[in-house]
Amino acid sequence: MDHIDRKIISASQAGLPLTPEPYQTLAEQIDISVNELMQRLTDMQEQGIIRRIGAIPNHYKLGYQHNGMTVWDINDAHIDELGKKVGALGFVSHCYHRPRHLPDWPYNLFAMIHGKTAEAAERQIQQIADLLGEYCRAHEVLYSTRILKKTGLRIKNNVPS
Amino acid sequence: MDEIDRAIINTLQVGFPICPSPYKKVAKTLNISEQALIERLQTLLDNGILSRFGPMFHAEQMGGALTLAAIKAPQDNYDTMAEIINSFPEVAHNYAREHVLNMWFVLATETPEQIQQVINQIEAQTGLTVYNMPKIQEYFVGLKLEA
Repeated sequence: MDHIDRKIISASQAGLPLTPEPYQTLAEQIDISVNELMQRLTDMQEQGIIRRIGAIPNHYKLGYQHNGMTVWDINDAHIDELGKKVGALGFVSHCYHRPRHLPDWPYNLFAMIHGKTAEAAERQIQQIADLLGEYCRAHEVLYSTRILKKTGLRIKNNVPS
Repeated sequence: MDEIDRAIINTLQVGFPICPSPYKKVAKTLNISEQALIERLQTLLDNGILSRFGPMFHAEQMGGALTLAAIKAPQDNYDTMAEIINSFPEVAHNYAREHVLNMWFVLATETPEQIQQVINQIEAQTGLTVYNMPKIQEYFVGLKLEA
């Protein structure tokens, strides 16, 4: 990643211009050709620096009112095997192994679920619980009550390259 | 939000092409005009149905770092704590959750060292302990929610 890539990130991180030729608009902003801009975006996408170009909806406004971070206390010896299985459930949007903070926080497996109804969310949680079975010592579900911020990643303009 | 809006959201969650006239290309698959697509996208962004439209960057692949962190914010100054935390550009998102740990935010920084620096600054400004929970392993990221 060089200083031009950084300029591209900086100019597009708030969003893509809603102009008929958005890449041309961006290229003009950072003073490179549109072909170079498109090539660099393609390269960054191939390298995984860009996960994808697309839209991020607000879950609530799509009708998903019951967004839960389900957290589970799993025997460390089995967490990778079980984490992969939970992550493969069609309704889980994110699934991670994260550290415990004992004694306050005994949970090491995190899986996000999204339901349009409380019942739908409960059914998803039950499916995860069934899958984990006896390997789960305890679990909780932390429903989100408000989005306080959702801007995505931001880099600063003035950081030297 | 009508059927066309839903189709736009479902299509654009999957991806957006890199070509000279990408809206025109997507509009064609949706059977609407380029102008209609751009106008509807603007509306979906203005009314908050879409939080963002554009490239999604991966902090770690850029040489940076990400973490999930939480605090126990006292109820009587919860909004003040949220304001302090949201004021950091490194806070990519922040959610209120029902738990003793009642505020959960994602930090994205340009270098791994900055994670701890930002946590220290948040602790200094809020007077609260930040529970840092960086991922040990990622099993899955990426469900698209059907509109």
